Amino acid sequence: MVMEIVCPAGTPASLRAAVKAGAHTVYCGYADETNARNFPGLNFDRAEMRAGIAFAHAHGAKVLVAINTFARAGAEPLWHRAIADAATAGADAVILADLGLLAHAAAHHPTLRRHLSVQAAAANADVINFYAATFGVRRVVLPRVLSVPEIAAINAEVEVETEVFVFGGLCVMAEGRCSLSSYATGQSPNMQGVCSPASHVDYHEDNGVLSAKLGGYTIHRAAAGEPAPYPTLCKGCFTTEGASGHLFEDPVSLNAETLIPQLAKAGVHALKIEGRQRSRAYVAQVVRNFRAAVDAQAAGKPMPEGMLARLTEGQAATAGAYKKTWR
Amino acid sequence: MQLTVGANQFFWSPEDWGSSYTALAAAPVDRVVLGELVCSKRLPFYQDRIPAAIETLSAAGKAVSVTSLALITLKRERKLGAELVGTGVDIEINDLSMLAYLPEGTSFSIGPLVNVYNEGSFAWLAARGARSICLPPELPIDAVRILAQLGRRLGVAVEVWGHGRVPLAISGRCYHARRQGRSKDNCQFACENDPDGLDVTTLEGQDFLAMNGVQTLSASFACVDHQIEVLQEAGVTGLRLSPHTGDFTAVCAQYRARIDGHVARGAVADALLAAYPDRHLSDGFLTGARGADWSGPLP
Repeated sequence: MVMEIVCPAGTPASLRAAVKAGAHTVYCGYADETNARNFPGLNFDRAEMRAGIAFAHAHGAKVLVAINTFARAGAEPLWHRAIADAATAGADAVILADLGLLAHAAAHHPTLRRHLSVQAAAANADVINFYAATFGVRRVVLPRVLSVPEIAAINAEVEVETEVFVFGGLCVMAEGRCSLSSYATGQSPNMQGVCSPASHVDYHEDNGVLSAKLGGYTIHRAAAGEPAPYPTLCKGCFTTEGASGHLFEDPVSLNAETLIPQLAKAGVHALKIEGRQRSRAYVAQVVRNFRAAVDAQAAGKPMPEGMLARLTEGQAATAGAYKKTWR
Repeated sequence: MQLTVGANQFFWSPEDWGSSYTALAAAPVDRVVLGELVCSKRLPFYQDRIPAAIETLSAAGKAVSVTSLALITLKRERKLGAELVGTGVDIEINDLSMLAYLPEGTSFSIGPLVNVYNEGSFAWLAARGARSICLPPELPIDAVRILAQLGRRLGVAVEVWGHGRVPLAISGRCYHARRQGRSKDNCQFACENDPDGLDVTTLEGQDFLAMNGVQTLSASFACVDHQIEVLQEAGVTGLRLSPHTGDFTAVCAQYRARIDGHVARGAVADALLAAYPDRHLSDGFLTGARGADWSGPLP
């Protein structure tokens, strides 16, 4: 069986590029706070979503609609409408994290397939089986806190499909359970669908040293000629007891392409690529590489290695929690 | 308005852990949540003291709950969660995995690390048996107000994070161990010397965060001294106070006096800053532009 490649699309052009490059499935969201990549200029309006889904279906690909923030108290109809519109537009599934939205979708759209977002951080077989039994969830996107053997153990105990991240941005905290960004900026992944937002980033140059601040907190300092990565909070440089460094995570991104054979053996159904904020050229290139890799895997051929290295953030990549020593 | 003492988030020696609950028995609080929230590797050190602590607190008239872990992944952590059920003590759920173990019809409490952001989640949990819900610390006052009103209609107590370093994130990775060049599995209890967490400052020396094993907290102590009237008006039924070193019983007494109108607005903050001169305070998640903000006067 070929593992399913699930690709990000922040725009209709990216969706078409991903489908043409061989994506089995594309995920995207509406242009509002209902999705966890609520960035300016990204995402789909209703007509674009309908057209995107029709295009994908015409080319044999599926579309998943991410409605994976936690609905704001007093504004739940915005999230309920997103689910209803995704159903009407012919979405192959919705990706949800919020208990209330899962219950709503199960009650009001029983035939609409439900996937559990990584934002729900379902990290063991018992809670996955609970979501399956209670809300009819059919696929779970696993949080990036698990090693490959742990993923294999989960798959041995659950009926639902599992999907894992293999490429792109890497949360080092359990997803959906992190308020670092709102502590510093007032904007959070759970509520506004943003993390370390560009609107709160400030750069200062002093004697050739470039400081990057987020919400007034210095996250990075780079001397002239040094790389100055985007000041994502958990990948910043901080100090404890006089020693400074990247205390939580280096400015790296995830690349698990060499683990595809192990992930296949662990029973993983789908491989997810992060990056709805990325260009369509980037998306197309990543999709082509991963499609070639899963096709090679299914045919029992060796993995094409290292092709994606230069696309990773800051030129450095990690296999993250999939290797147990990461913890 | 009631006072609930939340589970100790830090790794204390078994002696300090035990004596803190003996002291709390005499504190003017209504409910105490105890047990291990952050890291299952800490539990064996003080697990045998939990029954005596429950007995002491219950005898002093406190309602007692035992917390689940905040992030359940390993087989022994699942077993630990399943074993909490049926002990007869109220369970505070801080990882939804617990719903897989709790039989329908059993009542429970929801802790601050479960994502209850809206009416749908709140009502679903209430229907499943939640009798008390501590809202996520990042919720703004507008959301708190809506959920507190819903709680009143459904007969569910609604708590808000009131005091102590704010839990901001939980990870699979142990940062205390990483700092020592070790992995979580070989941590050698790198967190044991930081009973309030390890201060994390910016490169410019600005207080920012605190490290506590797999958990990341705010450097600031949350303090809702300036929000008491707003929270009472919103219908919030309880404040969650998180234990720290120092005279925590006195801290509880200050909040009690403030809620009962025996001291003026600002008195708790003043007392805290006098007792913890290196700390600063925050209440920004409720009414500020960001979590780190403080609505009181700056020192």
